[in-house]
Amino acid sequence: MVEVHELTKLFRDKKRGEIRALDRVSFRCHPGQIYGLLGINGAGKTTCQRILATILRPDSGTATVAGCDINAAPEQVRANIGFLSTATALYDRLSAREFVEYFGRLNGMAEPVLRARIDALFTLLDMHEFRDRRCGKLSTGMKQKVSIARALIHDPPVMIFDEPTLGLDILTARTIVGFIRDCRARGKTVIFSSHVMSEVEKLCDMVGIIHGGTILAEGTLAQLRERTGVQDLEEVFVKIVEGKP
Amino acid sequence: MSLRNLGIVYRKELRDLLRDRRTVISMIVVPMLVIPLLTAGVGALSFHQVKAAITQTERIMILGGDDSAKTTAALRKLDNVEFVPADPDYKKMISDKKIGAAVEIPPGFEAALNNGAPATVHIYDYQGEIRSETAARTLRDFFQNWRDTTVNDRLAARNLPADLLKPFDVQTDNVAPPEKISGNEIGAFIPYLILMMCVAGAIYPAIDLTAGEKERGTMETILSSPVRRIHLVLGKCLMVMTASFTTMVLSLTSTGISLFCIKYFGADLTRNNGFNVNISPVSLLEVLVIMLPMTVLFASVLLAIGLFARNTKEANSYLQPLMMLIVFPAMLSLLPGFELNYHLAFIPVVNVSLLSKEILSGTFHWNYIAVVFGSSCAYAAVALTVAVRLFKRESVIFRA
Repeated sequence: MVEVHELTKLFRDKKRGEIRALDRVSFRCHPGQIYGLLGINGAGKTTCQRILATILRPDSGTATVAGCDINAAPEQVRANIGFLSTATALYDRLSAREFVEYFGRLNGMAEPVLRARIDALFTLLDMHEFRDRRCGKLSTGMKQKVSIARALIHDPPVMIFDEPTLGLDILTARTIVGFIRDCRARGKTVIFSSHVMSEVEKLCDMVGIIHGGTILAEGTLAQLRERTGVQDLEEVFVKIVEGKP
Repeated sequence: MSLRNLGIVYRKELRDLLRDRRTVISMIVVPMLVIPLLTAGVGALSFHQVKAAITQTERIMILGGDDSAKTTAALRKLDNVEFVPADPDYKKMISDKKIGAAVEIPPGFEAALNNGAPATVHIYDYQGEIRSETAARTLRDFFQNWRDTTVNDRLAARNLPADLLKPFDVQTDNVAPPEKISGNEIGAFIPYLILMMCVAGAIYPAIDLTAGEKERGTMETILSSPVRRIHLVLGKCLMVMTASFTTMVLSLTSTGISLFCIKYFGADLTRNNGFNVNISPVSLLEVLVIMLPMTVLFASVLLAIGLFARNTKEANSYLQPLMMLIVFPAMLSLLPGFELNYHLAFIPVVNVSLLSKEILSGTFHWNYIAVVFGSSCAYAAVALTVAVRLFKRESVIFRA
């Protein structure tokens, strides 16, 4: 379960002054549900997810992730999430197995449990062939699988995906989409952000349209279509962003 | 504090960096191969030059002296000297290194000696040129002896004792132990070497583990793990310290082996030239202990710089002024007459440089040792705190 309550984040820039990246953002996502943050670049999706992953701190507001408060217990929050984005790269000089092992150990997993979990995940993601190959020598698709294994190694109840298919080829992107569905099927709480309408349509149970740091509209796809009176999600998005719902 | 997480971060960083060619080169190859090759190479070259200057036949020209047959005959009996015919262009010949030196014996030299009249012998050499100076020294020694012989002859002719003109002797005796002498000679160089290697070994890992991680996009990956920021910084700091300390110890070891080889294989030359390597291993160990807080200080400062920089290129540009701040204070140990005092004992780098020089020369001022070690630990703690705080600042970690 993820509950976000009035999150606000300000950035200070020498040239542009104070930037309100998030302005009292609130939403809720239940286990077995995918909540999609849909917005253009710079809308505040990444900032919101980084705050949920406790990589950034909010200026005001709070959120609870799997029952842990992001301000009061950031380490416990991180122990309960799997965070995956295009910015979460791999250590090129470690092998796929060493990389996943490292994060398993940091999550406090005991060695026998870790080994069994790595075996299971590598089988699930078909990674045994390149398990001992260094990450720097892997293809983009292989790297993405390693990132997924890293995010899942401690079997967290909450998954956060920040534009996970950005820059990936269609086959790798399909693998990721399938994997996110699988997370929902296994009862995980999934926060997903994208600016790709088709992915949001395919995956999300609830959608929050975010623009200028504010959630302008929220609901199921059917609710958003009904509210705007159009069927095409792109049109729905444009109408809401332009303030003509 | 979870030592388990600290250990996990440290082991990962160690494994990661040992697989990096640039780290291995700066941490192992440079101290184990480049430094001994440079030390042995420069040492061998200079000893070769000295040996050549000492053993080669000196070319000397005698100007005049036709009416002083006894003097010129004695002069021509000198060993390892080739006398060349007189030439009015002797100054150019000395400058062109065709001859080492020339000696001008004035007309009527021996007659003047016999009559007790004053006479002056001129020696011409090229100062700063080792072979010319060696030739001039040979001539000076000869005429010194010749003068003493003349004085003794004169005293004997007057039935006077030989020690009439030498009522007492002046003798200088060394009271410094061998390690003190060598501490002052080699010991002045070793602190400089240690400090330089301490920094050189830390630079690349520190930048790679901070600005390098930002550049490669792995910083966000590790920040999303449950490990606490302080454990991440301490794990990285330990790794940089390991690299720094390893480089320092390997450099000292290889320099020690090189100096031993020079001493052993060039024994005859080093003995004659006052080259003395006699530093106690205990003193060296003490210097390494004194250097420990410095490794923390350097590691923390370099990590802070790496964290602040947007990328490795920017981090490297910040290093140049930092290196100046370390190189020049470290060089103070090389300057003669610079001694540690209570003011200098509080200045980082200068204090350990001068204290190490003292320890290596066998002098132990425990009050200075306490002040230097204490102040170094305090500076290291401050630098480490700054590095940890920087790691917690979003504006630094995500500096665009």
